[in-house]
Amino acid sequence: MSGPGLLDGRDLRTGAESLREHESRLGPLPPARPDLIKTIERSGLLGRGGASFPVGAKWRSVAGRPSGSAVVLTNGSEGEPLSRKDQVLMECRPHLVLDGAFLAAGAVGADRVFLYLGEDHPTAVAAMTRALGERPSSQRRRVQVRLGPQGYVTGEESAAVNFVNTGVAAPTSIPPRPFERGVAGQPTVVQNVESLAHAALIARRGDDWFRSQGRDGSAGTVLLTIGGAVHRPGVLEVPAGITVAEVLSLAGGASGSVSAALVGGYFGSWVEASRARELRLDAHSLHAGGNPLGCGVLWLLPATSSPVGVTARIMRYLAGESASQCGPCYFGLQALADACERIAGGHSNGGDLDRLCRWCSHVSGRGACRHPDGAVTFLRSALRVFEAEFSAAVNEGGSLGVRS
Amino acid sequence: MSEGLEIGIDRTRCNGHALCAELLPELIRVDDWGYPIIAAGTVPEHLLEHARRVVARCPVLALRLRRSSTQGLH
Repeated sequence: MSGPGLLDGRDLRTGAESLREHESRLGPLPPARPDLIKTIERSGLLGRGGASFPVGAKWRSVAGRPSGSAVVLTNGSEGEPLSRKDQVLMECRPHLVLDGAFLAAGAVGADRVFLYLGEDHPTAVAAMTRALGERPSSQRRRVQVRLGPQGYVTGEESAAVNFVNTGVAAPTSIPPRPFERGVAGQPTVVQNVESLAHAALIARRGDDWFRSQGRDGSAGTVLLTIGGAVHRPGVLEVPAGITVAEVLSLAGGASGSVSAALVGGYFGSWVEASRARELRLDAHSLHAGGNPLGCGVLWLLPATSSPVGVTARIMRYLAGESASQCGPCYFGLQALADACERIAGGHSNGGDLDRLCRWCSHVSGRGACRHPDGAVTFLRSALRVFEAEFSAAVNEGGSLGVRS
Repeated sequence: MSEGLEIGIDRTRCNGHALCAELLPELIRVDDWGYPIIAAGTVPEHLLEHARRVVARCPVLALRLRRSSTQGLH
């Protein structure tokens, strides 16, 4: 469905908006004004790649470098399996993304733009490549497309930079962070495609307009991917600050009894159903409440599914997606997944719950990137929200007299 | 003036040799998989020389002494 901002224009089911349609609807790409960074800062635009880092602050850091050129890396790799919003944006409104990339380049003085896309998203790749072909050569020649491999961590900012630099999409140790030293050793703005698309509208309509699009003090709109036990799963654009209950009704309501919601995807956290409905989808308040918005995934767990089984399945996936560079992540996530599977399968006893707690604290913060931290946050939220189910599963294992 | 140095580790280089834990057990122990858990914070004055030795002896040069104000490696 169309929303008040990014998804305005032609029906999403009819595919990509052409450059001509884009410009007749929104006007041409605004010239790079020196005060654009301040406008972005005042808009309150937060990054939509998962970290919700203020976009203006990131551009200002790169713009404030002592000397030399800079790079913009447009991150459209969308590695989170539950998320589709970046793909939909690229497939349907590619010129918003390109506008945002060129505006960022102008604002920070970057002479090169990389479009970092996923080789496993051919429709989005085709739409972005075709859209790039419609742009004037003065813009086209500054852009290179890079297709990264499928993988959960391949969209992490240092992994994206590493791929462009070396062809390996594995996270690197920081410091330095990309905004300090990234592609070809130059300060690099790594920015999610949705963040850039919002910037493209803010540059035309102003920061006051963007702020006014949100509810109750939240700024702008947000793209969400709704999935699980809803009648109409898919991508929605909603005002920031809207409640989960309202989003659910936009998605046709729950398709059955729901036990919990997963906010932020596999890198996110569980919320019990009783608390979920009243949550405001505002990045600041969600972060303060312990359920960060992340990449805007809202996934409903049906009451008919086993929370322990689902958690074990996701932990196994996350363990398999480790870049295998750091021992605590590589071994730790496997150990956590093994224990979850034992519990889910009824082959466990109380020792596994203690092990999960100990290993969580040994794993979190001890990798080069935040992948193990995300897995631990996810698991800890499961242990909290589904405490009764985990205990029951463990007792079931214990009552069978099986050694752990 | 104390230097305010802390031990930083490049986790992508560390292979779990754990020589560091053997040489500086006051600050470094190992996890269940043999990888070093480094005590957070600045290295106490009396252990600085040991810390320098440990950094130099890491077989894969994964360790570094850095000023405490810097974020990042842990």
